[in-house]
Amino acid sequence: MLIPRIPIGDSVEYAVDWIDDYFGVVLDLISDQLDFLISALKDALLFLPPELFILGLSIFAYFAGKRNVKLAVGTAVGFLLIQNMGLWVLSMETLALVLSSAMLALVIGIPVGILSAKNDFLNHAIRPVLDLMQTMPSFVYLIPALIFFGLGNVPGMIATVVFSMPPTIRLTNLGIQQVPKELVEVAEAFGSTGWQKLVKVELPVALPTIMAGVNQCIMLALSMVVIAAMIGARGLGYQVLFGIQRVDIGLGFEAGLGIVIIAVVLDRITQHLSPR
Amino acid sequence: MDRKVKLEIRNISKIFGKNPLKVISLLDKGYSKDEIFEETKQTIGLNNVSFEVYEGETFVIMGLSGSGKSTLLRCINRLIDPTTGSILIDGQDIASMDAEALRKIRRSKLGMVFQNFALLPHRTVLDNVAYGLEIQGVKKEERYAKAGIAIETVGLKGHQQSKITQLSGGMKQRVGLARALANDPDILLMDEAFSALDPLIRSEMQDELLSLEDAMQKTIIFVSHDLDEALKLGDRIALMKDGEVVQIGTPEEILTNPADSYVSKFVAGVDRSKVLTAEAVMWRPEPLVSINSGPRVAVQLMKEHGISSIFVVEGKNRLLKGILMIDDAVDALKSKKSFESLIRDVPSVPPEMPLNEIIPLIAGSEYPLPVVNESGKLKGIIVRGTVLGALAMSEDTGDTSDLETEATGAEVKNTAEIESPERISGENTVESGNAPESPVSGEADGELKGKAPPEIKVNRDLENKDLENKDLENKETGSVDKELEVNAC
Repeated sequence: MLIPRIPIGDSVEYAVDWIDDYFGVVLDLISDQLDFLISALKDALLFLPPELFILGLSIFAYFAGKRNVKLAVGTAVGFLLIQNMGLWVLSMETLALVLSSAMLALVIGIPVGILSAKNDFLNHAIRPVLDLMQTMPSFVYLIPALIFFGLGNVPGMIATVVFSMPPTIRLTNLGIQQVPKELVEVAEAFGSTGWQKLVKVELPVALPTIMAGVNQCIMLALSMVVIAAMIGARGLGYQVLFGIQRVDIGLGFEAGLGIVIIAVVLDRITQHLSPR
Repeated sequence: MDRKVKLEIRNISKIFGKNPLKVISLLDKGYSKDEIFEETKQTIGLNNVSFEVYEGETFVIMGLSGSGKSTLLRCINRLIDPTTGSILIDGQDIASMDAEALRKIRRSKLGMVFQNFALLPHRTVLDNVAYGLEIQGVKKEERYAKAGIAIETVGLKGHQQSKITQLSGGMKQRVGLARALANDPDILLMDEAFSALDPLIRSEMQDELLSLEDAMQKTIIFVSHDLDEALKLGDRIALMKDGEVVQIGTPEEILTNPADSYVSKFVAGVDRSKVLTAEAVMWRPEPLVSINSGPRVAVQLMKEHGISSIFVVEGKNRLLKGILMIDDAVDALKSKKSFESLIRDVPSVPPEMPLNEIIPLIAGSEYPLPVVNESGKLKGIIVRGTVLGALAMSEDTGDTSDLETEATGAEVKNTAEIESPERISGENTVESGNAPESPVSGEADGELKGKAPPEIKVNRDLENKDLENKDLENKETGSVDKELEVNAC
């Protein structure tokens, strides 16, 4: 072979080291903030006694599902089972991690989706990045996350955000672009400003699609909990990992079942939050 | 025209493509649309379009799909930016405005109604209608009050809180119309507004738009591909083809005097009786006899023209007094009755009455039908022959149906010849004048013949160019000449 080997791996390694060297302070700062966010959310979730929490969640599910009794009862039964299995604290840790990751993904993803729908250049520039984020095996970016943020919940959260953000961006972009042309013309013909057009016409019309993105984001975040546990994230994921290491089928299964219950409940509730 | 110009479009062109200015320069050099597409792969949406719209006018832009009519409409509020040209609303150029000024104009002067209603699905009827006011920062109570009035105007009272999905197509477009009206704009832009509705609802909406227009006097620019709709709604119509305006004119002008074969093809098959008015088909009212002259003059005139009745008028303004029959006049000469007592009242029609309403009147009348304006002036007269002749004018083919040919008994020439009423009479009536008994026969019998006695046919029939010429030669210097009021229309 005449062409020398292109040092892709070495370059990436060098880049990661370089970032860690020069931006370590900033990264530590971000890490502290995110860690605080997760802890605060976990404390909030654990503030109420489980029974009261379950009652509140069931009532929320009931109204979110437009007076859906089935959803409320299912939520209550599922979470009571989690408590019964003695996984309450771990579940709340997982929930805190998933919700804060999803929140971060949405806070970044929805604006990026809107911008990319409005700007052709950004739309084209962002597409390969999204492809990379979705297809690159998530274990691969656990390592730089570990280097940047150390062991614990934060690198897990970063990995989760990277993995769960693309569908939010894509579906927000799609939703905005699919707003019927005539409706955009209505906004313009009546003299709306760009902001009014976005807030009063485009976002409301695109909302069902955007909510599908939110739902996908949360589901993907949940699917990351076991992987995130490999770099020190706490919660049900860690329990599953623990079960695997100890070949404790029962322990692993119970923790897995907990994840499934949380996933199903979150999925149903977010689906019903979307209009129509 | 003495009316105020509301909107003026000057030399608007729109090129869709990457290098529009190059296309403009090619156009200036006289290249054709196809050549330009060949060379530059750019399409010409609008090519040098200019027209004016007057205040309070309903102006219809008509053409087939792809003719550029929607593009033209969208240039007016700059949903599409024209490549060159200017658009003046009340003298202000829209085309060169910055975003802020444009927004102001859109908010205050322009309302738009869309083909597929374009209602915001997440809002109620009330909030849809109030949208225009909402984005202007109008307070809730005020904008709901105004929106409520607009909703009532379009006949949707009681549906304010309805969801859009609960409405039928016709109701949706009423909401669309109310939304445009709520801002109280000067100009309403309507883009195929009724095309998505089924025919019955469409016609109903057209009628309502007409009555709204009567009440509000807004300037309306209406885009349509439907000629019947254009003829019904438009004060004037611009016919477009391939991004150019082919003809601008009143519905009658378009119908009776199409600018080229494209227009005449377009207007083929229109129900003319709905569009042509009394004014368009009437003849010059001559001869007439003044009320001041006696029966002798009247008889003399009728003999000269070979007619059996004559209209009696008064003064320079040709105020219609009635009709005089030749038998009555001859009797009067013997019995010395007063002239006035001989004059019979006749029903008259206003100049703007459409033909389809005139037909039943004339079928039941023994005399020609006088056309009289609001002040009582005799503008012209209508006989059966003219009505049928006008209906028979079918574009360039001369392909008149049996009914029409038989009925007039005359060879119908092409449309160019109905430019003026006089010409109709000149061309059309020679043969029918000689036709014995009823000139109306065939299928038209039942409807048109009615109870009319045979004499009517001769009323105006003998008027033709030869006779008119003879008239001029024969005119004597006597009293007849003085009292005769033969005025051009």
